[in-house]
Amino acid sequence: MLLVVEQFLNGLQFGLLLFLLAAGLTLVFGIMDLVNLAHGSLYMMGAYFAATFAAWTGSFLLGALLALGATLVLGIVLEMSALRHLYGRDHLDHVLATFGLILFFNEAVRLIWGPAGLALPLPPWLTVPVPILPGIHYPAYRLAIIVVALMVALLLYLGVMRTRVGMLIRAGASNREMIGALGINIKLLYTLVFGLGAALAGLAGMMQAPILTVQIGMGENILILAFVIIVIGGIGSIRGAFLAAIFVGMIDTLGRAFLPNLLRQVLSGAAASTAAPALSSMLIYLLMAIVLVVRPEGLFPANRR
Amino acid sequence: MKGLSVSKAVTAVLLAGLVLLPLYSQLSGNIFILTLFTRIVILALAAASLNLIMGFGGMMSFGHAAYLGIGGYAVGMLAQEGVGSGFIQFPVALAASAIYALVIGALSLRTRGVYFIMITLAFAQMAYYVASGLARYGGDDGLTVYKRSDFSGLINLSNRTQFYYLCLACLFAVIFLIWRIVNSRFGLVVQGLRSNEQRMQAIGFPAKRYQLVCFVISGTMCGLAGALLANNTDFVSPAVMYWTRSGDLMVMVILGGMGTLFGPVMGAVVYLLLEEFLSQLTEYWALIMGPLLLLIVLFGRGGIMGMLGRARRG
Repeated sequence: MLLVVEQFLNGLQFGLLLFLLAAGLTLVFGIMDLVNLAHGSLYMMGAYFAATFAAWTGSFLLGALLALGATLVLGIVLEMSALRHLYGRDHLDHVLATFGLILFFNEAVRLIWGPAGLALPLPPWLTVPVPILPGIHYPAYRLAIIVVALMVALLLYLGVMRTRVGMLIRAGASNREMIGALGINIKLLYTLVFGLGAALAGLAGMMQAPILTVQIGMGENILILAFVIIVIGGIGSIRGAFLAAIFVGMIDTLGRAFLPNLLRQVLSGAAASTAAPALSSMLIYLLMAIVLVVRPEGLFPANRR
Repeated sequence: MKGLSVSKAVTAVLLAGLVLLPLYSQLSGNIFILTLFTRIVILALAAASLNLIMGFGGMMSFGHAAYLGIGGYAVGMLAQEGVGSGFIQFPVALAASAIYALVIGALSLRTRGVYFIMITLAFAQMAYYVASGLARYGGDDGLTVYKRSDFSGLINLSNRTQFYYLCLACLFAVIFLIWRIVNSRFGLVVQGLRSNEQRMQAIGFPAKRYQLVCFVISGTMCGLAGALLANNTDFVSPAVMYWTRSGDLMVMVILGGMGTLFGPVMGAVVYLLLEEFLSQLTEYWALIMGPLLLLIVLFGRGGIMGMLGRARRG
């Protein structure tokens, strides 16, 4: 029971973290029609910034805030210097250009921070276990991730659905010429959306940093997960990304936790212990393949055009 | 007309260079360059196979490295089990790649555009994790191929020069085959599907079936590259199937010029030589390589072949 609840929360936490990453990706993809492979690099930069700023300032929270600002600025600079010239180009051009950016960021990190990873230690008040149910404790930091991510998700939803800027964003997604013709500064809008996406990726990276080591290439694995999520959820749909992220987070975590035991029931011990790790890593790709075969546009296709 | 001859001339020089390379290596005593170019030729073959579906068929496969792995593992696993004959290893590698491509293609071709890119990627990642789980064949650490494929007396793969020429012959054969396919009725249908699938379907062509056959041919060719690669490195590991490797192949194709016969070869040569050159220049070579790719996308539409083609107007 304890294990089930804990793994369930772990799945939720991982899913929400993935959502932060996927939300930025799906915004940029859905609105600017830009395939950004370098999104994972922004996630990595968020983690490196957080570790560095936290060490400089001596405060976890201050470091996190500075890192958030830094990834926002980095995203804006990136959009203005390079990516803005790629709008309207073929998706393959995006893939090639942003693949180049991945190389650049990985190497830049190696140059600045060195090849060894960094650690981002947690402040004491975030390491205590919190009682959530009678007799069940859960790490405070993971709970904090859940709360922060839920709040960000809510803000994002309200921001996109209820505010004027959100309205413009949605309008820009369906017809960019039209909103340009209405006198809206579409260039600025795109820059802001990209910056927002970058900040979300940075937030995900910095929140993950104390759990994993901060290291080069950490964005690459998780980037693919984020892509899986936006494809399952339907490209451009924040709601789809949210649900798919929770779903993928759960399946991945629960699969890793319980699949080996389940397999042991049907297979011999040796066969189960070889098959289980591979199978649980595959689960989400399997899920994506099934979803795409059944619903080629994803589960919640955004209504565009 | 003059422009055409620019790209043709450059291609001819490139091909002549590839053919004469072992001679240079012999004369200068530079063995390293032969090893390097064996790798380049093999990856050029893989890039050319990707170009068949990507450049001519409009199918953006982001999981092409999976075939490199499957071809490689076919050789490695058979060698491990004591089957050293290349006459068995290579056909098995090709067949395994073809079957994988058939299944993956049948499922993936239900989607299009970005979804197609992502689903091919997902299947390649699955293959990556399957290979990581093969404890008997090295798992994560990969599998050492202790003995290269044995073509009993016909050709000796341990001889650098002979192996290089085998790879080069395979590359030329594949490019010849692609040329024949592209100019055949079948190839014209596939290219027609790229520009307007609905119209082709309305004329009465079973679109998916044509695309699937093309997809399988491409995968099989890439499986050949995988079998050669395993022989070249004497090693095969899941890393060969990781998604960034598929990205590398894509970069080679786009860099050289998508949808041109020799573009992928050009792309592979330039990309890998640049990598080699820059890494000798500085440890942080990717710091230059990354922005370079970006600049090529921004200013060099159509890749190297496109730029050479435009030279006529300059």
